[in-house]
Amino acid sequence: MTDTAQQRDWSRPAATAIPKEGYLKLEQGRYGPLYPRTPACHGFTIIAKVKPGREQAVRDYGKSIEAAVAGDPHCLEVLKLHYLRWVLFEIKGDTYFMYQGIFDTDFDKYTEDAVALFSKTGITTVFVNLEGFPEDWRTNVPAFIKFMRDHQRPSFLEYGEYPWVSADEIKKALRVKAALSDMLDQMQ
Amino acid sequence: MLAFDDIQHILLTRVPALTGRYEFLSFRNAAAGRAWVAAIREKVQSAQQARASVETNKRWVSVAFTWNGLRALGLNVASLATFPEEFRQGMTARAEILGDTGANHPDTWVGGLASPELHAIVILFARDAVERERSRSEHQKLIAQLNGVTVLSSLDLEATPPFDYAHDHFGYRDRLSQPIIEGSGEEPTPGSGAPLKPGEFILGYPDEDGPPANLPQPEILSRNGSYMAYRRLQEHVGAFRDFLRQHGRTPEEQELVAAKLMGRWRSGAPLVLAPDKDDPALGADMQRNNDFNYKEMDPHGYAVPLGSHCRRMNPRDTAANMNRRRMIRRGATYGTHLPDDASEDGVERGIAAFVICASLIRQFEFAQNVWANDKNFHELGNERDPIIGNQDGTLEYKIPKRPIRKKITGLPAFTRARGGAYFFLPGLKALRYLATLGDGRQS
Ligand code: HEM
Repeated sequence: MTDTAQQRDWSRPAATAIPKEGYLKLEQGRYGPLYPRTPACHGFTIIAKVKPGREQAVRDYGKSIEAAVAGDPHCLEVLKLHYLRWVLFEIKGDTYFMYQGIFDTDFDKYTEDAVALFSKTGITTVFVNLEGFPEDWRTNVPAFIKFMRDHQRPSFLEYGEYPWVSADEIKKALRVKAALSDMLDQMQ
Repeated sequence: MLAFDDIQHILLTRVPALTGRYEFLSFRNAAAGRAWVAAIREKVQSAQQARASVETNKRWVSVAFTWNGLRALGLNVASLATFPEEFRQGMTARAEILGDTGANHPDTWVGGLASPELHAIVILFARDAVERERSRSEHQKLIAQLNGVTVLSSLDLEATPPFDYAHDHFGYRDRLSQPIIEGSGEEPTPGSGAPLKPGEFILGYPDEDGPPANLPQPEILSRNGSYMAYRRLQEHVGAFRDFLRQHGRTPEEQELVAAKLMGRWRSGAPLVLAPDKDDPALGADMQRNNDFNYKEMDPHGYAVPLGSHCRRMNPRDTAANMNRRRMIRRGATYGTHLPDDASEDGVERGIAAFVICASLIRQFEFAQNVWANDKNFHELGNERDPIIGNQDGTLEYKIPKRPIRKKITGLPAFTRARGGAYFFLPGLKALRYLATLGDGRQS
């Protein structure tokens, strides 16, 4: 459940500082406290250690997502994403993976939808290369979600230049713009 | 193959009952609880029995247990721990997730349903009031013999007139769209989609994702059972009718407002197929009344508003993983009928319903949390389900319309949660197992 009362004004850039727990007020979601929707939408930053020797597998996974999206540009549609950013980095000889997603559904729904997507398409998930990831993830959604929650590092600041706007609304606005310029062309 | 002889009938059949009664029980000691299970088990029909005798039977019985109830019967700790987290916590602990806040808060519930003392429900569906009374007194005798089982509360069910079709106190025809289970012998009506894997609703069978997993143990509890979310929802019929009058000048306009809230006319006719004018013949025709979708036939919601009850509870082709989110609905109305020309009399009336599914968190809780109560579902911004969402008078309801949509602000609450609980509905063999448990709590 997201609070939308103050979300009207996309023209007014907004920033929200978030307390250490990751939420402003404790609200129970199905799998734990709800992470808030901020001026920068819903999202997460998952940081986890890569299993030894799996760095290349993680990098290759980037290629396979690229190919999947090229093959079917709408294959990730259900996740209601704005952006994904995947980063690998090292700390003291260990490789870590950072997965940042910005999207419009809540955290738990995103993860549920993602598990279903991975299972359905038969593709596996990049997470199998991470330490502590549950072996039975395909049949144990709660365990998958627990892994995500355990490795989530909440932001302490989020900012939106055009706050509270969903990807669907942005696409709608761009379609209107395209239709308008098309209309103007027709009137020449 | 489904074990029709082991599955409680409520999961697979709808019986021709016009009345009924729920009794909510507490076990003061394990031995008395188990003796009750042993006795009542004799009355519980399997799907097979109910089907074979549906014409001659006069009453149908089902029983189910809360997690506290399983514990009170003496199920051991290891086994109790194998039940899913949300079931162990119970419906009251999940209140915020379900939208049970404010006027719907469990602190305000009636009948002891919010109490940890609630251990079991016995569901009676009866053909008529005479049969109900006979069964009630029979059960009362059983309880009296047992010394250790108490009735926390009960609720009498009454169909609302006219009795020739199922509908609620607001007047909406119900029981039109329901999932069909593969192997159940039932055929989906046109538009209802292919039958679903039994594991979506019955424990121990493959579900839409594959083989079953994470089932309650021991194995006898993992087969042919299910979970049930009970909801006692009061319907504010006076407020509902006032609202229709306020937003529609003529009876026809008022019918349209009612239809826009639901996604179907009160006759049952789907708005997708009858967008401008009611069509009662269509509403009553099971071969036609569910034969529609949204993405192709009504993408912008000009017929069925995106926020209407039906479109939220089953977005059909506009949602991902729809087959993993279906629910079986059972239950009935309670309370007296409020005549059309009467003003609100303050008497409680509503629906006392069960949502049956293999995973409460994935099916029922998702529907309540995301579909009914997420204010931003479908980018609607400031809306909740107009029938079952948590409404506090501050939200709106948008009805798409050319050239300009109609926006209703300050939508009132038409319903209020008066009680609820999560139950485990065991198979018949599992019932026998529960009846014969040793006192295993120490293990
Ligand atoms: C007072 C409360 C409620 C009323 C008056 C009500 C009424 C209705 C009516 C009239 C229909 C259309 C008939 C049909 O499609 O079979 C319907 C459909 C449905 N309702 Fe409710 N309902 C209530 C509560 C609930 C609850 C608590 C849930 C579950 C959380 C629920 C889930 C559904 C589902 C899944 C459908 C079928 C939608 C479809 O498949 O198109 N309803 N409801």
